[in-house]
Amino acid sequence: MSADAAAPRITWRLATVIDVVPETPRTRTLVLDVPAWPGHRAGQHVDVRLTAEDGYQAERSYSIASPPEDARLSLTVEELTDGEVSQYLSEVLRSGDTLELRGPIGGYFVWDIPVGGPLLLVGGGSGIVPLMAMVRHRNAALATDMDARHRLPARLLYSSRRWDEVIYRDELARLVEKDPTLEVMHTLTRELPEGWTGFTRRIDRAMLEMVAWPPSEQPRVFICGPTPLVESVATTLVELGHNPALVKTERFGPTGGSV
Amino acid sequence: MSFVSGESPESGGRERVGDARRVDGNAAGGMFSEIFVPDLTTARAKCAGCGAEGMIGSLPVYAHGMGTVVRCPKCDRVVLRVARTPQHVWLDATGATCIVISRGT
Repeated sequence: MSADAAAPRITWRLATVIDVVPETPRTRTLVLDVPAWPGHRAGQHVDVRLTAEDGYQAERSYSIASPPEDARLSLTVEELTDGEVSQYLSEVLRSGDTLELRGPIGGYFVWDIPVGGPLLLVGGGSGIVPLMAMVRHRNAALATDMDARHRLPARLLYSSRRWDEVIYRDELARLVEKDPTLEVMHTLTRELPEGWTGFTRRIDRAMLEMVAWPPSEQPRVFICGPTPLVESVATTLVELGHNPALVKTERFGPTGGSV
Repeated sequence: MSFVSGESPESGGRERVGDARRVDGNAAGGMFSEIFVPDLTTARAKCAGCGAEGMIGSLPVYAHGMGTVVRCPKCDRVVLRVARTPQHVWLDATGATCIVISRGT
């Protein structure tokens, strides 16, 4: 890896929307073509800047949903009530439109194969986005190496309000089906579908004790979602004996995912 | 189609100026890249108040239109404060005894 001090300064670039993919009733994925994109690591994000005709500018951060292996950059955007930027990105933006973005940003909340495992991912609501980039990277990088996947197992504990709000739901089910070294556990906090057999409450200490590897396994942990969820899960894992240096957090703020 | 501001900064809504939300150093990474060349989210800051150390990406950050405040997770003192005006960026690092930036290998 080259020295941080030699890394080029990140600059604003103009990205073109190639495709818009609905995910859930309130989220969609923007697939972007970004000229001269330098590549990224799973977990990083971009800042998006929108400029109105009157010069008014608004900036927001969005986690990169696509793994570094993808040719195109994907961002999954959740539509927030009263969110001027998210409303525009969710309702107005179309294929062929452009938007300004800069990145990739952040070297703290990143995971790739060399970081190792086991890999424990804990997400709430839209906090799943950077974690999904990690899942997709693991899948792409280790696709044909079953031994490597056994040495680097992954577990995702994912909290959502309702089954129809679970982002990447079908893709996760397909990945789990073909990869026995990936486990995905869902918990739903508001409404349950018929015949639901998964967890039915907010993530708590008992659930984490059941799901997390013991601290002696030294799992690399990544927690992302609404700030209260992230802080509570991180605190609990450290209380359970996990090394704080291996527990990485990304707080999305009070509205992040709303679970 | 162009972006039209849905609301003025003074009106209601989650994203208005003055509505501080607690995120963390990751969210401030882009803003920090305007001041520091190396990635500040992986730099370690030592709190001048209580001596606690942490990676800036993990520290609580309160961001609103006028400025960004990085706080110590142990004693809640302000470690770094950044304010941006049209002409200047103000960086107050008096809350940090030191900031240690990795040069990589």
